[in-house]
Amino acid sequence: MSEHAAEPVLEPVRQSRLDQKTRYKLSATDKFISVVIYTLFSLFALICVYPFYSIIINTISANDISARGDVVFFPKHIHFQNYIDVFKIPGLGHAALVSLGRTVIGTSLTVGASAFLGFMFSQEDMWARKFWYRFTVITMFFSAGIIPWYLTMRSLHLTNNFLAYILPTVVAPFFIILVKTFVESTPKELQQAASIDGAGTMTIFFRIMLPICKPILATVAIFAAVDQWNSFQDTLLLVTDSNLYSLQFILYNYINQASSLSTMVNLQNAGSTAMSSLSTKQTTTSIRMTVTIIVVAPILLIYPIFQRFFVKGIMIGAVKG
Amino acid sequence: MLTYNKRSTSFRKFLYISPFMVLLFIFAYYPLYGWVYAFFDYTPPIPLSKSPFVGLQWFRSLVENQVKVDQLLQVIKNTFGMSGLTLLFSWLPMVFAIFLTEIKAVRFRKFIQTVTTLPNFISWVLVYSLAFSMFSSEGVINGMLRQLGLTDAPILFLQSSDHVWLTMWMWTTWKALGWSAILYIAAIMGIDDSLYEAAHVDGATRMQVIRHVVLPSMLPTYFVLLMLQIASFLNNGLEQYFVFQNAFNKDSIQVLDLYVYNLAMGGGSYSVSVAISMLKSLISVVLLFSVNGLSKMLRGESIV
Repeated sequence: MSEHAAEPVLEPVRQSRLDQKTRYKLSATDKFISVVIYTLFSLFALICVYPFYSIIINTISANDISARGDVVFFPKHIHFQNYIDVFKIPGLGHAALVSLGRTVIGTSLTVGASAFLGFMFSQEDMWARKFWYRFTVITMFFSAGIIPWYLTMRSLHLTNNFLAYILPTVVAPFFIILVKTFVESTPKELQQAASIDGAGTMTIFFRIMLPICKPILATVAIFAAVDQWNSFQDTLLLVTDSNLYSLQFILYNYINQASSLSTMVNLQNAGSTAMSSLSTKQTTTSIRMTVTIIVVAPILLIYPIFQRFFVKGIMIGAVKG
Repeated sequence: MLTYNKRSTSFRKFLYISPFMVLLFIFAYYPLYGWVYAFFDYTPPIPLSKSPFVGLQWFRSLVENQVKVDQLLQVIKNTFGMSGLTLLFSWLPMVFAIFLTEIKAVRFRKFIQTVTTLPNFISWVLVYSLAFSMFSSEGVINGMLRQLGLTDAPILFLQSSDHVWLTMWMWTTWKALGWSAILYIAAIMGIDDSLYEAAHVDGATRMQVIRHVVLPSMLPTYFVLLMLQIASFLNNGLEQYFVFQNAFNKDSIQVLDLYVYNLAMGGGSYSVSVAISMLKSLISVVLLFSVNGLSKMLRGESIV
């Protein structure tokens, strides 16, 4: 990987072209328009960021103040007791493991399958290739509906089963299209040369295509991981066993029943006398917000690092498709 | 011999992908078999094989029972209302992209793009949690209003049944606007430079360039996305409305997907909800193909 891999959102070449395109002589109206544009975009950016910021400063502020909704711009009486307490809630650690497990296993399988199928659908000599490609892509546009889907999953004994998180996501048409488009943009001669040297389909895939496809596979991996981490509907429909609850599901439950949880945590801490000061005593709000931060943290952390990859990935797909 | 070899290679390539095609069949095509439940009087513990076959009874019940008709009409109204709002403002991401690329301060532009795409990557549960922290009675907004002395009693934003369509549209927009704009930004960068140069030579102002160069180049992308949106008019999804629903806003928030879920999972009426599901899927497919046909006729290109 060269230095270019570290370039931000827009590539340097595009950047300069874009700047050339927007080089005008500014009239008074244009300047006025500029002011309006800057103001509106700043405002929208603020609306996008503020909720995250607000929750973070609330979780580290004194709980009695934040429960009144009085922490607005800056944290007040900073402490980290909330995070220590919330990790003591039974079931939360387990849910984190479930979420992590489905994200790691599910993402690996989805990326592997998308890479392989994207490559195979570019093989023009495959039997009935067009049919199978359509067979795959058309599923993006219809579904039987959630209840028939639920009944099917139940008849396959995939309710209360970890596999229900993984198996349905393995074949993902959208990702397959992304990889296929990418593979088709690479020179055909690479594959032909390898084939003349005696490489079989599998060798070509593993030794030649996989290394070339790394950028697009990184994009697919991020999308798939975010999908898995965020998934809520499948737990809601298919899981009643609390051992299989995901973090998202636990969070949803906490929003609806956080008051009983805060009582529980406060009772647990009642023994250790030092903890029960008003500013660190758990409230409905403090528990809910702290769990929210724990669920959103992985995304907030990986997002800035990977943003440039997936923006590029989507753009490649969009420009060609 | 050679043709035999070729044919066997070509079939072997299919064999490699066949396990995946089986998976796809099981999870995307086999659920269609679930539609048979719509024709039986099915109550959960009793297996389908022992349930009586009732033909079109459930479909008839949808139009015969006045209470159900009213309920369904309200749900359809909500679905149309919320999808309609989204459709009405479907040009927003395009305008967003056009003006974002007009910004010359590179750092500022990148910052805006990064920050506004972030909400797209969090789940609806998290969005709801943020909404709760902001807008509940002890939330930040009420705290702010109280501090400024504007309100005495907290405003119950989330429990209100007023303006639900609008607030739901606003959450969707908050989550998706920045991300949807990326496709258009890609389209803008694909515009041929000579068009700009020609416009500059002709002395075009900034707004003239936008109107005569940028906008026309965006319209094909816009129409493709618009058609896809029309094709999925009935599919507003479940999660957003599920997490935001409560006893107070239930009447105006239930879209078809949520209604079907509530009927089956809350009320145990599997057969009726499968019947509605089935009608919805069929109408969606018809919509998709009509839009596809329309696209072929008007633009000579199909979208599917």
